[in-house]
Amino acid sequence: MSTATEAVIDVHAHAEDHHDDHEQSFISKYIFTTDHKTIAKQFLITGILWAVIGAAMSVVFRLQLGFPDANLEWLQPLLGKWITAEGKLDPNFYLALVTMHGTIMVFFVLTAGLSGTFSNFLIPLQIGARDMASGFMNMLSYWFFFISSVIMFISLFIETGPASGGWVVYPPLSALPQAMPGSGLGMTLWLVAMVFFIASSLMGGINYITTVINLRTKGMTFSRLPLTIWAFFLTAVIGLLSFPVLFAAALLLVFDRSFGTSFYLSEIYIGGEALPNVGGSPILYQHLFWFLGHPEVYIVLLPALGITSEVIATNSRKPIFGYKAMIISMMGITFLSFVVWAHHMFVSGLNPFLGSIFMFLTLIIAIPSAVKVFNYLTTLWRGNIVFTPAMLFSIALVSVFISGGITGIFLGNSAIDIQLHDTYFVVAHFHLVMGAAAAFGLLAGVYHWFPKMFGRMMDAKLGYIHFWLTFVGIYAVFFPMHYTGIAGFPRRYYSFTNFDAFSGFTDLNMFISVAAIATFIGQFVFLFNFFYSMYRGRKATANPWKSNTLEWTTPLHPGHGNWVGEIPTVYRWPYDYSKPGADDDFIPQHIPYSQTLESNLPHETELVKLEKEMEEEEIVVNESSKH
Amino acid sequence: MFGLYIALAVLLILGILLLIFRISRLVNVVKGTGNETSETSNNINGILMIVFMVVFFGLAGWYSLVYYDDYVPPIASEHGVLTDKLFWRTMWITGIVFVATNVLLFWFSYKYRYKKNNKALFYPHNNNLELIWTGIPAIVLTWLVITGFLAWDGIMSEAPEESEQIEIMGYQFAWSLRYGGMDNQVGEYDYRLIDAVNDHGVDFSDRSSFDDFKSNNLVIPKGKPVLLKIRAKDVLHSVFIPHMRLKMDAVPGLPTQFWFVANKTTEEIRIEEGNPDFNYELACTEICGRGHFSMKKNVIVLEQDEYDEWKADQASWLSKNPEYMSQVPDNLKELAMVTSGINK
Repeated sequence: MSTATEAVIDVHAHAEDHHDDHEQSFISKYIFTTDHKTIAKQFLITGILWAVIGAAMSVVFRLQLGFPDANLEWLQPLLGKWITAEGKLDPNFYLALVTMHGTIMVFFVLTAGLSGTFSNFLIPLQIGARDMASGFMNMLSYWFFFISSVIMFISLFIETGPASGGWVVYPPLSALPQAMPGSGLGMTLWLVAMVFFIASSLMGGINYITTVINLRTKGMTFSRLPLTIWAFFLTAVIGLLSFPVLFAAALLLVFDRSFGTSFYLSEIYIGGEALPNVGGSPILYQHLFWFLGHPEVYIVLLPALGITSEVIATNSRKPIFGYKAMIISMMGITFLSFVVWAHHMFVSGLNPFLGSIFMFLTLIIAIPSAVKVFNYLTTLWRGNIVFTPAMLFSIALVSVFISGGITGIFLGNSAIDIQLHDTYFVVAHFHLVMGAAAAFGLLAGVYHWFPKMFGRMMDAKLGYIHFWLTFVGIYAVFFPMHYTGIAGFPRRYYSFTNFDAFSGFTDLNMFISVAAIATFIGQFVFLFNFFYSMYRGRKATANPWKSNTLEWTTPLHPGHGNWVGEIPTVYRWPYDYSKPGADDDFIPQHIPYSQTLESNLPHETELVKLEKEMEEEEIVVNESSKH
Repeated sequence: MFGLYIALAVLLILGILLLIFRISRLVNVVKGTGNETSETSNNINGILMIVFMVVFFGLAGWYSLVYYDDYVPPIASEHGVLTDKLFWRTMWITGIVFVATNVLLFWFSYKYRYKKNNKALFYPHNNNLELIWTGIPAIVLTWLVITGFLAWDGIMSEAPEESEQIEIMGYQFAWSLRYGGMDNQVGEYDYRLIDAVNDHGVDFSDRSSFDDFKSNNLVIPKGKPVLLKIRAKDVLHSVFIPHMRLKMDAVPGLPTQFWFVANKTTEEIRIEEGNPDFNYELACTEICGRGHFSMKKNVIVLEQDEYDEWKADQASWLSKNPEYMSQVPDNLKELAMVTSGINK
């Protein structure tokens, strides 16, 4: 015990020295910074820029799908030769748009933009640490992501177009430049960008895990961690275990593309010649890809669920219901996320027996997800709900998580999946359960922690307008896709008019496109609010949401080092909201039980004694260390 | 010129919106409101939750009922009846959960919205509740898994001996079909034998390939198992016949298969649908390049006797391309002449 306390004190002392060096140049303060808060903002702003690009791409292909006869000549100044002389979108570029929309949204926005922002920002602030375990590696993590972004961005402008084989880039399509133009230089750049991205994710993840394990302040046991931190921690674990597998998949693909190996290629006759490759298996790639690809779903979802837990508890003014059950279900999801990947491959030529195993494992994952939903509902029950924009987005997250999660039970059932696989039903499913849910989590996080990030408040009314536009818009876009999916409409189709079976629903497709465009425009309300409030927003108070977690005990504009003086000690869990007997409806984590005698529960009264003993011990240690 | 007007109009609207925003902010500052939790905006958001719920469920329910026949394609295969039954069973179970949880979510949001003198209930956990809502989903899911497994196991079982064998090969950007012929055996192939004419790369040293024939449409009999032997020439493709509830990827280097029994002829479904132009179609559902959306094959389902007649009329590929006799080994040449129908 005494060694542990000494170590803590040592860290404090060291960090306090560090805290004084405020004189920093612009470059070391804002660009090559090691301050986790600034790095978080870098991730956030980059993520927002990517989100605008990715969403704009979806608008272009929705124009094609909703208005197949429209003349798109007006897009020529932007898209150049990808708009044909007749004013039509080039089918190759359509596929490129679909591919890049997926890649950008999944990796750059919902992985880097979400985990990168909030893990970085909240982990040190909520566990009571001066910074990440390795500030330098954290900086590298951002700059690798930046390099990755630049390469991916460049790939949008090359003559043969960016990667176009779908965001999963299945070989042989992605391996053979003769199969489609996007599989040439565009695919090479995609792979290079992803390698940098994976490196960035790994460096981030290692940091998050180390920081959570080692740098928790005194009293911040694992059973007192806010659920946000639990979520970020488990997310990082998933990423650390699964991203290397994507790296392997990408590396083998590079070999197949450039060095004549046959990991994924076999018996191919293309462009008038038989290729020499034999013995490879495209299914191998699918296994490797989905070994990351499925956990990736939870990499984007868990942080959103963590943020939601925190926001819902705070704004319901109630403890999160079933704190331990929430942690156990997140752990369950973490574990199960690694053993369900082949449900993406039921009709890929996979051994049908394996298919039944994966159906069983997949449907198990619905249980912890259901537990989380019920716990959220019970948290709202008999609360005193304050509708901040963050709270609205969190409630909406629960709604889309239910709606999208439920369709997962269809798709996870291999017999039902035969018909639904690769149709719009799948598109509807994952856009709700992972796309919209994670995006809502991201937005909730931005609204909730904006005051901590910039010391100012975002405008609530604009937030409400943004929320309702987005929430209604998301359902208007994705709910109708279930119908076209049940009707069998395949994904990634440039046009449906070739088939009698798919030529209906032109009105519904038009409706979806209009809704998508409206939702996209609605996001500019948010962008305006975000950038305007950064400079002109109302000044925030220290704890605007009356929240319990540690970040609100820092100064309004925390410097590098977060706390002036000593880091507060933690005495209780983060969810003491509306405790019977207490004057206020919240008791922050750093308030000892000895100060809240009127509201302590029976077992907590005993903790008061323990607190006293600890304090005495600390005094002894302090005195002995002075000698 | 028209574009300019639109741009001006957009700018004007943006300007007005900004002005409104600015004024409302200033009014707030003067009044000193906005800092405190406002009951008005809280009530509005709470009511909007209920409005959203009613409109959303109203629209979804209305569309689901009224357009049922449009979005559920008729079933034309035996296993499709089973998978659709599972689909709708899952739909009922999850649909109830979907409505119940969403209603609770929006209702709680509205009912327990902030009121100044209210205090939330301190209710951190209840292990019995957790057990209930872990246990019930577990039981229901087990049931769904077992029924799904039984169906899947049947669909994916070995094809019956007497199945009609048809090879279907995907390539950029079409499908190509080869029938087993009179012996009902699709002959061996080797991708290195592919050339401009022999696009399946049929191996003529295999005697079962002599009577194989090609067809432009996928013609199949009703009521008899059909085994699709699926392969791909260049990249991944996926065979999808929506009305047959059938889908399986075509993988280069890894032959796959799917067997099924069609249970409605094209004639029958035309009458049933009241559409004399109705055709079953086969589509590609694995992204394969520029023409992915255009890989269509018509599927024609005939009565068994019509099918036999049709099949008897088909001339073997070898008889149409006799120059490939040179690839037939000498000891099989005579057999090939007979079975391919060159010597009749």
